[in-house]
Amino acid sequence: MDGKVIVIGGGLAGLMATLKLAESGQKVDLFSLVPCKRSHSVCAQGGINAAVNTKGEGDSTWEHFDDTIYGGDFLANQPPVKAMIEAAPSIIYLMDRMGVTFNRTPEGFIDVRRLGGAKYSRTVFAGATTGQQLIYALDEQVRRYESQGLVNRYEEWEFLSLVLDDEGRCRGITVQDLKSLEIEVFPADAVILATGGPGMIFGRSTNSTINTGNAAAIAYMQGATFANGEFIQIHPSAIPGRDKLRLMSESIRGDGGRVWVYKDGKPWYFLEEWYPAYGNMVPRDIATRAIFKVCVDMKLGVDGENKVYLDISHLDPHEIDRKLAGVVDIYEKFVGDDPRKVPMQTFPAVHYSMGGLWVDYNQMTSIPGLFAAGECEYQYHGANRLGGNSLVAALYAGMVAGPKAIEYTAGLTKSHAELPPELYELAKKETQEKNRALFTMQGTENPYRLHEELGEWMVDNVTIVRENDRLKATDEKIQELMERYKNIGVGAGEAWGNQIVPFTRRLWGMLTLARVITLGAMLRNESRGGHYKPEFPERDDENWLKTTKANYSPSGPRFSYEPVDISSIKPRKRRYDVAKEVTKQNG
Amino acid sequence: MGKEVTLIIKRCKDPNSTSYWEEFRVPYFSKMNVVSALMEIQKNPVNSKGEIVTPVAWDCNCLEEVCGACTMLINGKVRQSCSALVDKLEQPIRLAPLTKFPLVRDLVVDRKVMFANLSKVNAWIEIDGTHDMGPGPKIPQKIQELAYELSKCMTCGCCMEACPNVNKNSKFIGPAAIAQVDLINSHPTGALQQEKRLQALMGEGGIADCGNAQNCEKVCPKGIPLTRSIAKLNRATTIQSIFGWLGK
Repeated sequence: MDGKVIVIGGGLAGLMATLKLAESGQKVDLFSLVPCKRSHSVCAQGGINAAVNTKGEGDSTWEHFDDTIYGGDFLANQPPVKAMIEAAPSIIYLMDRMGVTFNRTPEGFIDVRRLGGAKYSRTVFAGATTGQQLIYALDEQVRRYESQGLVNRYEEWEFLSLVLDDEGRCRGITVQDLKSLEIEVFPADAVILATGGPGMIFGRSTNSTINTGNAAAIAYMQGATFANGEFIQIHPSAIPGRDKLRLMSESIRGDGGRVWVYKDGKPWYFLEEWYPAYGNMVPRDIATRAIFKVCVDMKLGVDGENKVYLDISHLDPHEIDRKLAGVVDIYEKFVGDDPRKVPMQTFPAVHYSMGGLWVDYNQMTSIPGLFAAGECEYQYHGANRLGGNSLVAALYAGMVAGPKAIEYTAGLTKSHAELPPELYELAKKETQEKNRALFTMQGTENPYRLHEELGEWMVDNVTIVRENDRLKATDEKIQELMERYKNIGVGAGEAWGNQIVPFTRRLWGMLTLARVITLGAMLRNESRGGHYKPEFPERDDENWLKTTKANYSPSGPRFSYEPVDISSIKPRKRRYDVAKEVTKQNG
Repeated sequence: MGKEVTLIIKRCKDPNSTSYWEEFRVPYFSKMNVVSALMEIQKNPVNSKGEIVTPVAWDCNCLEEVCGACTMLINGKVRQSCSALVDKLEQPIRLAPLTKFPLVRDLVVDRKVMFANLSKVNAWIEIDGTHDMGPGPKIPQKIQELAYELSKCMTCGCCMEACPNVNKNSKFIGPAAIAQVDLINSHPTGALQQEKRLQALMGEGGIADCGNAQNCEKVCPKGIPLTRSIAKLNRATTIQSIFGWLGK
């Protein structure tokens, strides 16, 4: 194969895509902001879902599929979700063969635990650091192909723009070496974006610092459609920090943790009372709204703050060590208390974006030749993601994107090598000029403080409860920040190892996507999954059972909508106080 | 003026420049860590003398001690700056870059060599392919629990920094890569190709360069039993060198 495929992003989706490409003999240039082993996938704690039925509970891929669609409040297109769920067990087995240290049953089989929104134990896990273990295994496999010369890794390089030919096809990228800040252009026949989510738009979240969403924002500004941006998951349990909100895994509840606050001087297990069918195992959007109600409306939060107890002190300490050590360690290190003895205090935090770049069932974006996989695309979770489904979605999307990119390049009439060299020279020159312009910014605004301001507005107005007047004010605020952005001062620092200039560039991407999220939320006058408006408290299938599509224009996003494919499961009311109504395949 | 935190930071603008110490005072917040102190400098890049300076460069990502990025010397001790809580540190807090890796800028160093070392020892399991072949071998709980300890290595560089045998004049691959050989060799499938990894450990910069100082285990933030792996592989490489040439 003479063609070249570029993968941007060294997390689970990017590494899986790379592996699939290299395995079929395809040469790959792999770019990552950080060494792949430090990608945000390492933060995934609880596990990865697959209906392997290890516990003999009668789980099936159909049940997993139905839970996912129901949990996502029917906003996901069903055919790709079904295909992913059906592939999930084989993905687990593949990762198992790569040596991932999954927890085991006494007989030596892969163990499973329960996560929210499911009645079955179908979450395979490696302690409470499942994402870390999965990515290490994939990183090793990719290193193996690297040693065979099929993969060129560019770690600590940043994606800056797409090179589009005169037919509008993606033909390469410009990138920046984050040490020298020099700019290069890399031609290709297809590009796969696997660049993760945009949590940093909310200032502090459970996300890593690289999760600015800027790569997706760049693609969006160059014409790629962004879908369902307004669907942001708020995780019910995190611990506060000035630098970040650290996730306390849902597996804590899955393994027996209970959520409570004091009411009339006694512990009140409000999730168990309000949702008897699922109890502490309700999905994240449900748990988060319940916590909000208890803390904000009923003013019963711990110490009068928006905090609740997450309690595992009644569990066997040995079992805690075996299954939850990673996350308990984080709590001990950053809070100082031992959760084996004292109930943890946690509160909700921005965690995941269900929305992302629009892709077709082949993972291709609206730009031909540009694919997307993982959290940077929108395909698998609808209006709310179930715990344990992000890892399977990232791996599955990577498995689809790799081979589909090869298929696409095979259909091209011209390879990148036959394109005029000026196409690449011009792209490089344009990016260099933009980079130079950033260095000349010598105003009085500090980019980190602007970012903090953006985060505060987004958290206050575009998270758990959304009101139209506040969304409107937030959009106006974002536009004000965009004006003030022009007055940023990046200082007189040299290019070498400079961190302000790249951050300033990412901030523009964050501001741009913040408008997509905020305006998307303002327009969607209903409540569905993670999107909740007291003014419109019910789901409205008649008007809003549709995917939001945002397209870039310099004056702001332009919105359109497309119907959702509900070919397998008819929408029904989503509730967790009673057991979910049973559906049947082909029924 | 509220309570403040004083930091003295070793700075250097590039590998060819001379380094210098610079003092900063940042606002104190309850339960703050070293990373949030550095973030305060980004938001207000002014040193103790009141001069506007370039904010301090450092590496970080996950901020919860699972990615390994933010490793540095904090009051002379190698550790991650995200899990270094200011309340538990003596002030002024002195921050310096790792010394065993090439400097990039300020607190940023280049740890590429650690990934290259994983390549040297073939730290991967040779699977036949990614096509569906069902599950891997069954694994006893006890074996999984031992393997899990080793598989938590974040390639952060603490063990390299603390090891006296990792230095400019040595090619020693260091404890992290050796422990990964132990991890992969103890997996039933990994064991099928274990000779290749043992051979790599017997080459230049291999396990023979370990001087048994045992500093590595003391500084490992994840408590990985590195010396146990080294001892185990010392025996395995000895056996391999005796019997290897017999075609065993």
